[in-house]
Amino acid sequence: MSDGNIKRSGAKAPETSTESGPVLRLDHLNISVNTEDGLRPLVHDLSFDLHRGETLAIAGESGSGKSLTSLAIMGLLPPPAVRVTGGSIHFGEQELTTLGESALRQIRGNRIAMIFQEPMTSLNPVMKIGTQLAEAICAHESISFKDARARALAALKSVRLSEPEKRLNQFPHELSGGMRQRVMIAMALALKPDILIADEPTTALDVTVQREVLDLLRDLQREMGTALILITHDMGVVAEMADRVLVMKGGHFVEENDVVSLFSQPREAYTRDLLNAVPCLGDGLASASANKPNEDPYVAELENVVVRFNVRSGILGRVTHRVHAVENVSLNIRKGEIFSLVGESGCGKSTIAKAMVGLVKHSGRIRINGIDISPPYGTIDNQVRREIQMVFQDPMASLDPRMRVGELVREPLVIHGVGSVAEQKRRVEYLFERVGLSRDQIERYPHEFSGGQRQRICIARALALNPKLIIADESVSALDVTVQAKVLVLLKELVSDLGVSFLFISHDMAVVENISDRVAVMYLGQIVEMGSCQQIFGTPRHSYTRRLISAVPTADPTRERQTLARLVGDVPSPVRLISETVPHVTLENAGNGHMIAIE
Amino acid sequence: MANSTSIDPIVTARKEPGILVQIARRKLALFGLFLVLLTVFAAVFAPWLTSFEPNEQMFDGLSIHGAPMPPGGAFLLGTDLLGRDLLTRILYGARTSLIIGVAANGLALLIGTIVGVTAGYFRGWIGSVLMRLTDLMMAFPALLLAICLAAIFQPSLWIVALVIAIVYWVQTARVLYAETASLAEREFIAAERTLGASHIRILVKHILPHLVPTIIVWGTLGISTTVLLEATLSFLGVGVQPPTPSWGNIIFENQTYFQAAPWLVFFPGLAIVTLALAFNLVGDALREILDPTQRGRD
Repeated sequence: MSDGNIKRSGAKAPETSTESGPVLRLDHLNISVNTEDGLRPLVHDLSFDLHRGETLAIAGESGSGKSLTSLAIMGLLPPPAVRVTGGSIHFGEQELTTLGESALRQIRGNRIAMIFQEPMTSLNPVMKIGTQLAEAICAHESISFKDARARALAALKSVRLSEPEKRLNQFPHELSGGMRQRVMIAMALALKPDILIADEPTTALDVTVQREVLDLLRDLQREMGTALILITHDMGVVAEMADRVLVMKGGHFVEENDVVSLFSQPREAYTRDLLNAVPCLGDGLASASANKPNEDPYVAELENVVVRFNVRSGILGRVTHRVHAVENVSLNIRKGEIFSLVGESGCGKSTIAKAMVGLVKHSGRIRINGIDISPPYGTIDNQVRREIQMVFQDPMASLDPRMRVGELVREPLVIHGVGSVAEQKRRVEYLFERVGLSRDQIERYPHEFSGGQRQRICIARALALNPKLIIADESVSALDVTVQAKVLVLLKELVSDLGVSFLFISHDMAVVENISDRVAVMYLGQIVEMGSCQQIFGTPRHSYTRRLISAVPTADPTRERQTLARLVGDVPSPVRLISETVPHVTLENAGNGHMIAIE
Repeated sequence: MANSTSIDPIVTARKEPGILVQIARRKLALFGLFLVLLTVFAAVFAPWLTSFEPNEQMFDGLSIHGAPMPPGGAFLLGTDLLGRDLLTRILYGARTSLIIGVAANGLALLIGTIVGVTAGYFRGWIGSVLMRLTDLMMAFPALLLAICLAAIFQPSLWIVALVIAIVYWVQTARVLYAETASLAEREFIAAERTLGASHIRILVKHILPHLVPTIIVWGTLGISTTVLLEATLSFLGVGVQPPTPSWGNIIFENQTYFQAAPWLVFFPGLAIVTLALAFNLVGDALREILDPTQRGRD
C-alpha cells in the first residue's frame, strides 16, 4: 500500500477534509503468536488512517486478522502468546503499543470504546442494566453515582430503547438480543469516545433487528462525530455503513478504497471474488427459469404439524407456560425440489426439521415418502431413516471428533448394513469425489479440515444412503461467503444430478432466494406466506415477508434505502400461558400455489 | 467442483507425542511409574528375590528372649513376632495389594461406567433411579459398609476385592454420569441418531471413546485408594486373613509391639504410602495429558 492511496481516498470522504490529522494511525503493524516453532505472524504490515467522523470497514473472512487488529488497538491481545511485534498505533499524539496497562485503562472505554458480537456475553448477567451503565461512566468520570445514573438513562434514550426507565432496573437476560446490543451501544457511546470499534456488531442478530441496530449506529455516529471502525464479514453491511473499506485476507492487507470505488472497481482479484460470492437479493430472480408446473411425487408431506414444549415452574413443577414452537404447519416437498423455510430465530423452522427426523415429538401428520411417521400409528423406522437425512449448522460439532472422516461417512452404511465392507469403502470413495474432496483425505480426522470441507463431509455422509430428502438446517450459515457460494453450487448440482430434494432452512434471505424452488416464510411457529421463489421475492404479499426482504443489507453502496419502521415494545414471543390459545392464521391461495396468511 | 478443494485451505494439526513420551517428560510421573513397576517386579519375582517362605517361622528369627529380630544381618528388614522374615512378607504382600488394586478397582470401574453412562445417556426415570442409588451409596459411610459386608461374607482375598469394588464404584459413576450427560447433548450424537444408529452403537462407538481418558485417569487414581482401603480393612481385621500376608494385616498383627519393634509397622506402612503415592503421581500425569480441560492449570 502506498501513502498516496490513503490520501486520495481520504480526500474523497467529505468529513475528513476539515479535520487536521487522523485520530488513529496504524503504521506497519505486525501481530504474531508465540508457538513452539517460534513467532508466527498473524497480521502483517498493516497500515491505515482513521479520521474523525469517518466509518472505516475492515472486511475479510474468518482468519483474516480483522478482530486481532481491533484487539491490538484496545491493548487487549490475549497475553502472553499473542502480541504486537512491530509497527505502531498512534492514537492522536499517544503511542498505544508501548503504553502501560493503567494508562491504557484510561483510554479504553473512555476515548476508544468497543462493542462485541455477542451482547449477552459482554454484559454482566447478575448486574442490572442501569448499574452497569452507571458504573462504566463512574469508572472514567468523577461524578456521583446518581448523576451517572441520569447519564445512563439519557444514553438509553439516545439508543431509542423503549421504556428506558424500566430497562434501567432490568437484568440482561430480560432483554432481547437487539435490545442488549442497544445497551452495549449506549454503554460505548455514553462517554462520547473518539473512536468506536464495532466487531461484528450485528452478526448474532436477526435481519430485521440488524437493520435497526445499523440505522441507529449510523445516526449516532453522525450526531457525535465519532470515528467508527466496523469489523464485519458481511459485504452488505459494509456497503450500507462504510465510507472507506479495507479488505484483509489471512492477516495481509489486500486493498483499501472508498466504498463506492471498491464496489464498482475492485482492484484486487480477492476483492472481486469476495464481492462475487456475496449472495444478493435479486440475483436469484434474474437467473431462475420460468417455473414450470412440477408434477413430481411428494417426498415429504406435513399436515397440521404442531410441536409444543411445556415450561414447568414453581416448587411443584407444574406446567404453567407452553412454548408454541410449531403451530399447524402444512407443507409438501416434491422430488428434486429445493424447498426453503425462512424466518428469524425462534420462529420454529429448526423444530420442524427435528420433528421430521424424530428428534422431537409432534402431533399432526408427517409422511416421508408416503410413510406415516406420526404417532400414534407410525414411527420412524430404519426404512424411513434411509429416505431422510440431515446436515447440521456446525459441521465441527456434528462430526465425532475421534473418528476418521472416512469412517464417519461409512457410518450410515454400517448402521443400515448396506453392502460388504469393500463395497462400503468404494461408496465412500465415490461420495468423497462427488462432494469435491479427494480420496487421500479419507483417513484424516475432522479437525484437519477447513469449515467448508467439513460441511462437504457432512453432505457426503447424508448422501451415503441415497436419501430422497436432505434437511439442511442453516448448513451454510457458519461458512465464509466464498466457501458458502461453492457449497451452494454443490447442493444445486446434487439436486440436478441425483434428484434428491432439499429442505433448506435458513435465516439468510439472499441465500434462500439464490437456491430455492419454493419458499415458506415462518413467523412465530406458523407459515405466513408460501409460494415459488419468484412469488415470494418478486411479489411478496404478507407484511412480514416484505419487512424481512427490505431489511436485508444489499452489497451496493449507491442504492438508497428507506428506513424500516421500528417495532414498538417487547418482541412477540412463542411462550404463552397454558390457558391462552394461539390465534391460528388461515392461508389463502392467491393463485399458482401462492399461499398468503390473511391479516 | 474438483478445483474447489484446492482453494479451501487444509488445516494441518501438529501430531501430539505419545502418552509414554509425555510421561517421560514429567520427572515426577516418571518416578511414580518407576515405583509402580518396581512393586510389580517385586510381586511377580518375590520367590526369587528372597530365600525365605512368607509363612515360614524360623528358629533364629527370634532372639533368646523370644523377641523379633531388628533389621540387619540375615534378615534385612528384621523379623516379626512369629519369627517370619519381614522383607519376604512385604514382597509377598505386594501381590495381595496389587491383586486388590487391579481386581477391585477394575470391577469398581466396570460397575461405575455401566451405571454412570447408562444414567447419563438415558436420563429420565432410569437415570434418576441409578443416580439416587449412587447418592445413597455416597451418603453411607464407606468403611462401615465394607465392615458390614466383610462380616457377612467369609473374608478372603477375592471377597475383599468385591467388597472394595461395591464401596468404590460410586465416584466413577458420578464423574462419568456428568461427562456422558454433556456428551449426549452434543450435536454429533444428534447427527448419529438421525442416521438411525441404535443406542448401543452410539454408546459404544461414539460415547465410550470420549470417556476413555477419564476412565484411565480414574482407574489409575483409584488403585491408590483401593490399596489404602484394603490396608484399612486388613488393619481392622476384616480384610485379608492371616497367614496370607498383606501390608495392612502385617501392621495389624504387629501394632501392639510398635514401641518395642517399630520396624514391624514402619516398613509395611512405608510400602503402602509409596505405592499409593506412585499411582497418584502417574494418575495425575495421565489426567494432565489426556484431559484437555486440565491443560495449562499446572
